[in-house]
Amino acid sequence: MDFSPLWDWFRVLHATSGIKLTIFYDSFDRWRFFNGFLTSVRLMGVCLVASVVIGVVGAWIQGSRLRVLRLVTQGYIQFFRNTPPLVQLYFFYFALGSYLKVTTGNGMSVPIVSNFTWAAICLSFYAGAFNVEIFRAGIEAVPRETMEAAESLGYSRLKAYAYVILPLAFRISLPALNNNLVNLVKTTTIAYAIAVPEMLYVANQIWSDESNVPEMMNVLLIVYVSLVGVLVYVMGRWERALRVPGYMPA
Amino acid sequence: MIVSRTDLAVLKPFRLGAAATSSEPWRFTLWHGVALLAALAVAIGIGEAQAQAAIGKPGIIETMIKWTPLLLQGFALNIAMSFLAMAIGTVVGVPLGLAQISLLPPIRGSSWFVTQFFRNSPWLVLLFYCMLLLPFEVRIGDTVVPLPGWLKSTIGLSLPVMANVSELVRGAVRSIPYTQWEAAESLAMTRRQTLWMIILPQCVKRMTPPWMNLYAILTVATPLTSVVGVSEAMTLTGDILSSEGRTELLVPMYLYLLLFFFIYCYPIARATIALEKRFQVR
Repeated sequence: MDFSPLWDWFRVLHATSGIKLTIFYDSFDRWRFFNGFLTSVRLMGVCLVASVVIGVVGAWIQGSRLRVLRLVTQGYIQFFRNTPPLVQLYFFYFALGSYLKVTTGNGMSVPIVSNFTWAAICLSFYAGAFNVEIFRAGIEAVPRETMEAAESLGYSRLKAYAYVILPLAFRISLPALNNNLVNLVKTTTIAYAIAVPEMLYVANQIWSDESNVPEMMNVLLIVYVSLVGVLVYVMGRWERALRVPGYMPA
Repeated sequence: MIVSRTDLAVLKPFRLGAAATSSEPWRFTLWHGVALLAALAVAIGIGEAQAQAAIGKPGIIETMIKWTPLLLQGFALNIAMSFLAMAIGTVVGVPLGLAQISLLPPIRGSSWFVTQFFRNSPWLVLLFYCMLLLPFEVRIGDTVVPLPGWLKSTIGLSLPVMANVSELVRGAVRSIPYTQWEAAESLAMTRRQTLWMIILPQCVKRMTPPWMNLYAILTVATPLTSVVGVSEAMTLTGDILSSEGRTELLVPMYLYLLLFFFIYCYPIARATIALEKRFQVR
């Protein structure tokens, strides 16, 4: 499809009103911004999935009989919940990252884990800590009788968890999960601090080059608010699709 | 379970995960966390100090103690910013929340839009927004009020707080049973009287735990201001590390900073849970 009339319109807009949206008519800026957008979306996607997985596994461990396991999970949750995500990111990237380096043949030391990966790891664990609590609350809200019914049918703990408890608990925790995932999507911007070329980082480069700060700031806000809007819409649809009639309140 | 309420011999059902569900869940208290982190820091410190003593550099712990006053200074700025942002956010957010339940559709709609917009935009983007687009000073009449970076970023932080407080107010008002409105109406109270004398006093109680939770979230968000160049604890940590120029300091220093925030935020989290339990009306 040929978009050039649209791009030209933005060029005319700049000429007539001074609104300098280079990300539309300058092909280099457009390419940069689009890549930044993709990086952001990829980071969000990876973290969304990983944090939900961490949440499910963590909630399962919290019901474990081994006290040590519960203790470690509790420690993990409390640590990640009560410390700043940005400092966590710095800790992972600068402190732990400084140990994870290999020296290549020509004497250069190269980090084993890239900054994108560190951001993904850190953010997943950060959001995961909240998800564990959310899923645990959901599991606790499943009536005890349901578990007993599963037991009486000979389900093992893992099977009962996977086939009976989790499907119900997941539905109960969806609203809280929505909130946390929205938060996660917003928090991905902190990857800027370790120079992951995501949207905020790229926008910063563009407004430094083109000195169009207000335009880029507004574009950023609009893009993020729409991304969050898409997530909220999808999750809302999913919530309605998963609803068990008569089981959930409201 | 009913079976346990008899003194006759009963065949108890096989209980899966009995240990996990029957006993009181183990509480991870502040002191466990502090002890854990401190143990980690000390372990690293001692190990490194041993290695360093041989070369004749000051040990890790000594260096950390040396910089503690500076770090505390930075941390005080974090706390000050969190207080100020919370105050601004609450003062602006409560009226905004009340506007969301206004009877006039334009007011209701526009305040809903403002709330959703600031609630759904990333904190860091809002910070950049305020940092780059607010002037460095404002002129009121003849007096020039300077707007230093930390103040601008505090305003930036208070925007999402405002939106969240607004949403809290709306949620709390909606959570009050509608019958209370009707009862007040039957006593010939006006809408304003009902809101101020019946509904809002009950809301305060319901709003306190989530409000405290929001404060904790805000406090852990204050290091974001280091990205836009405010010299708070995070920035200072970076400065200290670059002035020392020792890679073995990286892990203990960042852990130390994390510990600062943990010690401050964890009691708030515990108090929030305690309040939630106490206010639970079932």
